[in-house]
Amino acid sequence: MNSHTPSPHDHTTRHDHLIIKTMISPNARVLDIGCGDGALLELLREEKNVDGRGIEISQKNVNHAVAKGLSVIQGDADQDLINYPDNSFDYAVLSLTIQATKNPKKVMEQLMRIADYAIVSFPNFGHWRIRWQILAFGRMPVTDKLPEQWYDTPNIHFCTVKDFVTLCKNIDARVEEAITINKSGYEFSDKVPLFIHNLLGREAVFLLSKNKR
Amino acid sequence: MSLTRDLTHEPKKCTPSMTSPNEKNEQNLTPADQAAGQSVAEEGAVQPAIQSGGQQKTFKDTPLKLESGAALSPFTIAYETYGTLNDDKSNAILICHALTGDQYAASKHPVTGKEGWWEIMIGPGKPIDTDKYFVLCPNVIGGCMGSTGPASTNPATGKAYGLEFPVITIADMVAAQTHLVESLGIKQLFSVIGGSMGGMQVLEWASKYSDRVFSAIPIATAARHSSQNIAFHEVGRQAVMADPEWKSGCYLEENTNPRKGLAVARMAAHITYLSDNALHQKFGRNLQEREKITFGFDADFQVESYLRHQGFRFVDRFDANSYLYITRAMDYFDLFAEHDGILAGAFQDTKTRFCVVSFTSDWLFPTKESRQIVHALTANAANVSFVEIETDKGHDAFLLDEPEMLSAIRGFISAAARQKGLT
Repeated sequence: MNSHTPSPHDHTTRHDHLIIKTMISPNARVLDIGCGDGALLELLREEKNVDGRGIEISQKNVNHAVAKGLSVIQGDADQDLINYPDNSFDYAVLSLTIQATKNPKKVMEQLMRIADYAIVSFPNFGHWRIRWQILAFGRMPVTDKLPEQWYDTPNIHFCTVKDFVTLCKNIDARVEEAITINKSGYEFSDKVPLFIHNLLGREAVFLLSKNKR
Repeated sequence: MSLTRDLTHEPKKCTPSMTSPNEKNEQNLTPADQAAGQSVAEEGAVQPAIQSGGQQKTFKDTPLKLESGAALSPFTIAYETYGTLNDDKSNAILICHALTGDQYAASKHPVTGKEGWWEIMIGPGKPIDTDKYFVLCPNVIGGCMGSTGPASTNPATGKAYGLEFPVITIADMVAAQTHLVESLGIKQLFSVIGGSMGGMQVLEWASKYSDRVFSAIPIATAARHSSQNIAFHEVGRQAVMADPEWKSGCYLEENTNPRKGLAVARMAAHITYLSDNALHQKFGRNLQEREKITFGFDADFQVESYLRHQGFRFVDRFDANSYLYITRAMDYFDLFAEHDGILAGAFQDTKTRFCVVSFTSDWLFPTKESRQIVHALTANAANVSFVEIETDKGHDAFLLDEPEMLSAIRGFISAAARQKGLT
């Protein structure tokens, strides 16, 4: 599920994890969907004392995470989120995973049902380099962050930052915070207009809450 | 009708009956049985007395109320312990054994002289580290290694219970264990761990006594016994009861022993603990100490010889009636039914941390059974880890050196210890 290849130093290198960490309050109950080998959960356990759980599609990653003392089960975001009760977590995290799900909208709705807040990070397909590759070469983009060819990528549902904002509106989720990261690691905050995020942000991290009607 | 009648054995009082020599005829046995009988006879056909464990506790004032409505009093639990109970009695781990296991999890077996059945898991520096934890392993009620069972003396008659022993369940086994745990002054077990039938006891503990279970590791198990598994158990029981030496369960009084029947039961069961691939790898179609097939019913194939050996060895350490009772207990286990068909009801608001373990080649307790447990736990937003270990060793894998299982359990226990403040 997680398109990232886990490495022992993942929790020190993945920029979106560091941003997610700032969005989560201490001692919270966190469900990490597509948690890989548990790098984010480990970071949150150590630095935020969270009560963390994970779902991961790769059994190897699950076994690795459990051996580290993390509460992780093998499962699939598309199928297994329905088992969780309503509002059972403070945060449901989907880090660089939504693009690999079969039905991103349904997964997003499940996130909003299970937790008070959802945090979603994803690669932005509206980034200028990706636009340029399609425009200039007429080929599906291959970048260092998205290294697979179109035929062997697990990422089947790419979206742009603008697309994601529309999806949030559709499922009645309220954007509490949105941060995008450019190639050199610079973070664009909420104050920057949406089109800048969409053009210059390589990865986006959204904090969403339930829209109280 | 007649088949049903033939296969049904009503409990009867064990009074010495007239035994005609004909009852010992072996005409309806297969040659394999006869070979088995010979081999068993060589090892001595006298029923071993009940083996008492290293430690035993007898409960005289607190009758064990059984699910069937009957009560057992007095009752004895034999157990082994490893490691040291700390001052606040917070470091106790209960190990629940499987169908034919016993309390000798990490110490030498008094009958077989073999090392404990879970030495790979329990010991100093092992995943269940006896330098840190106090490990308690009781023999189940209904067993034959010192806990009260069908071979124990019925105080009402002064003779062995035989089939007068009340039918017991997994819940009864666990209820008996709560008496032992309480008697040791342990208010909450740091962990309850077991595989197969041991895993059923773990689930029962976590369901019924969740506040007394900080963490739970059910391994290669299920929340209810499947139809296929009940079927296999029935084959085993029928093998025991078809042995003329079983004497309607009164073999102790009659000074006989249904060794052949029990050996066949064990042989059938043993197949279910392995996998097609494991048998193929280990034996293939290899012949046993011969160049070619003999056109007879001797053990031509290594796999036959192996199974016979397993069967014969087993009868030296196990009581046939215990086998009937304990298999029955597993058959009756159904946590779904106890909660109107919804397993999640068994773990409502549980605070226990779970680590569910299954094995890819286990067809007796396949992964899907573990997944049902995991789904029921997630429906309660419980703290649960779930690992499926890739192996071709079948159900028996939980007893073997499976590095991924060992490291997952080690990691889970260490994290739970940090949570509980044990270091």
